[in-house]
Amino acid sequence: MTIDWPSFTPWTALAGGVLVGTATAMFLLLNGRIAGISGIVGGLLRLATGDVAWRVAFIAGLVVAPMVYALYTDWPRPQIEAGYGTLVLAGLLVGVGTRYAAGCTSGHGVCGLSRLSPRSLAATAVFMGAGFLTVFLMRHLLSF
Amino acid sequence: MAFFTSFLAGLVFGLGLIVSGMANPAKVLGFLDLGGRWDPSLAFVMAGAIAVGAVAFAVARRRTQSLLGAAMRLPSLQSIDRRLVIGSVVFGIGWGIAGFCPGPALVAVGMGQAKALVFVIAMLAGMGVFEWLEGRKEAKHERENRSKASHRGRPSRRAH
Repeated sequence: MTIDWPSFTPWTALAGGVLVGTATAMFLLLNGRIAGISGIVGGLLRLATGDVAWRVAFIAGLVVAPMVYALYTDWPRPQIEAGYGTLVLAGLLVGVGTRYAAGCTSGHGVCGLSRLSPRSLAATAVFMGAGFLTVFLMRHLLSF
Repeated sequence: MAFFTSFLAGLVFGLGLIVSGMANPAKVLGFLDLGGRWDPSLAFVMAGAIAVGAVAFAVARRRTQSLLGAAMRLPSLQSIDRRLVIGSVVFGIGWGIAGFCPGPALVAVGMGQAKALVFVIAMLAGMGVFEWLEGRKEAKHERENRSKASHRGRPSRRAH
């Protein structure tokens, strides 16, 4: 393993992480809820629950974040290497998987680890392990 | 008020993802690529978020109500079961093949990325499949409960 020093951005990563943690803290202490994105989005598909407004508001916040960021400075353009077919497959897997696991990088990774939940630690270890393995297979064994 | 604070939390969350570089799938894949040139940045994002989050959860644990008077909804599930493990494996594979997880994908939609929108639509479809399968499972349980009750010769009132 070699570290990609030119790409490694510890300070902005930490600063961004602190912002994510602050958002999690706000949502928890003000709304009394876990800032787990897959749960917030997935709950919208359960029409019976009648709590659509706050879910849509949170998602709207995420979507307008680049516009707010742009008031200060240009955001870096995301590089999406995957093709459309791959993105459809990836989206399906992420949708089904996060709902069965009842959480994703935010719900298990950030919130779960923040409250020292063994269940979330297990989930995070498993999805990161699966992610590491998938990238290894694709880039180094099958070389897509 | 809850509506507004929810929007604000989403906004700050999204800004954090942009600042940290996590709205860029290439950077996330750089973290997941242990076998190549590894970019540890994502671990630092997690560390920063957890440092703040841990304080908030320590405070929340002692409260039954949020500062706005809403019920404090902390997860009660503790089981590490097949659903959790298989779901996480499936999620991890999806995360690994494109570098998107739900939050960053939504932020990238806000950056006008058509590819992110395709991912999000597919993700919603995947979540829909989950809801459909769950609905079928519940309906099956209900049918079984009802037939068990009728075999015993008395209709169950509870099943309705």
